[in-house]
Amino acid sequence: MATSSFYGQISANRRNSFLMAAVVVVLLGLLGFTIGYAIVGSPAGGVAALALAVGIGSISGIAAYFGGDKLVLTVSGAQPVDEAAAPQLMNVVREMAIAANIPMPKVYIIDDTAPNAFATGRGPAHASIAITTGLLEKLDREELQGVIGHELSHVRNLDIRFSLIVGVMVGAIAILADFFLRFTFWGGVSGRRSNREGGNGIQAVIMVVAIVLAILAPIISRFIQLAVSRQREYLADASSVELTRNPYGLERALAKISSDSEVLEVANRGTQHMYFTNPIKKFEARSSGLMSTHPPILDRINRLRELTGEPPLGSSEAAGLAGLE
Amino acid sequence: MNPAILIVIAIVVVLVIVLIALYNGLVQRRLRIDEAFAQIEVQLKRRHDLIPNLVNAVKGYMGFEQKVLTDVTNARAAAVAAGAQGPAQQAAAENVLTGTLRSLFAVVENYPELKANENVLALQEQLTTTENQISFSRQHYNGTVLDYNTNIATFPSVLIAGIFGFHKRDFFDAEPEAEATPTVDLSLS
Repeated sequence: MATSSFYGQISANRRNSFLMAAVVVVLLGLLGFTIGYAIVGSPAGGVAALALAVGIGSISGIAAYFGGDKLVLTVSGAQPVDEAAAPQLMNVVREMAIAANIPMPKVYIIDDTAPNAFATGRGPAHASIAITTGLLEKLDREELQGVIGHELSHVRNLDIRFSLIVGVMVGAIAILADFFLRFTFWGGVSGRRSNREGGNGIQAVIMVVAIVLAILAPIISRFIQLAVSRQREYLADASSVELTRNPYGLERALAKISSDSEVLEVANRGTQHMYFTNPIKKFEARSSGLMSTHPPILDRINRLRELTGEPPLGSSEAAGLAGLE
Repeated sequence: MNPAILIVIAIVVVLVIVLIALYNGLVQRRLRIDEAFAQIEVQLKRRHDLIPNLVNAVKGYMGFEQKVLTDVTNARAAAVAAGAQGPAQQAAAENVLTGTLRSLFAVVENYPELKANENVLALQEQLTTTENQISFSRQHYNGTVLDYNTNIATFPSVLIAGIFGFHKRDFFDAEPEAEATPTVDLSLS
């Protein structure tokens, strides 16, 4: 698999994120099935439990789908801008929208010296993109283009929708597991029923499997959700290069942002996953682990360097890249 | 009814559905190419409209550089005229215009008062974004051509492409002259 072309990186990232999402679907299916079987003694119960959990999870999903973008923009203190207020920004967004063949999104500015950006909206026709004043001041036109290309790629690749679907499934797993573990601790129905029906051997085994899954599945699916988020970030980087045909702008932008120590005031745990780089500095520093929404900035820079056949950088060299205009 | 006949009917129905889907896919991709081409025209016209303002803004400052300015003005007129002559002539004329604008920007670098002038800066940003929009429109056009050409060359659409008259389309190439670095004449003339 050639990762030295952005086409190769795009296919690899897409494929990985779909495989991971498929694992979550399988986990959800297994959990629902074993729980239903363990409680009721037949697969039909499993299907019912699954449908109920997905239904409950979907309610919050639907609310997020339709209202999520306005909520996030308000929470982040984003102000709409137009041509007169920020002509160069609007021009750069328009250029990237043409390259991506999507309608022009609504553009917002967040008044904060920390350089960052995010995109939101359920699809290209309803998209919004927000940039901090810090980003506008610190990046030049080429670097800004790379960042905007990344954000519009999130819109074009339907990442907001994708993460919502994964989020609904992870939520359904959590609901199912929680309900089931409470049920077995307080109810204890299954032991008595299986004695009466005589099929106790299989049901007991399934019961044990269900309990193990109910404990592990929420944790595993949460880890997978974070891994999916990281894959989609790599995908947005590669897609940005597909739009600009220029990895250097995005590379320098990443290097500049990584060496910037400002803290984005309006960001918190709830919104951190949406930003261009993780705005919570201590999460960014620990991001080589499995628990982070974004890949480490250095890894993102080095994947871009693969595209131009340049050797990967060490952490001390990245700051030097930022100094290059 | 004989089960064998039912099976044959089912297979035929499925094949027809697949055929329709493939045909529609090819038509859709071909139409996207036409749309992308029209979008390039929109950007080119925008550039034609911006240029007279730019030339007026810099004229007063650039006493010695009249040749560069007249080159731009003439190239613009030629590009507007070429619009009626066909895509190949139009592309050639637009590439010549791009070359003259590049020369103009290079020369402006030598005039500090011009570089600092707000009107000139705003117009330069306008022209920069217009140039970018033109090249991204062309890039998107090439993307639609690539998608279409790939589709008609690969299985299963390749089976029906020739029969229904879907043929390869050409990419948008920059003219060979456009690859040469434009020479900037700084002599006092």
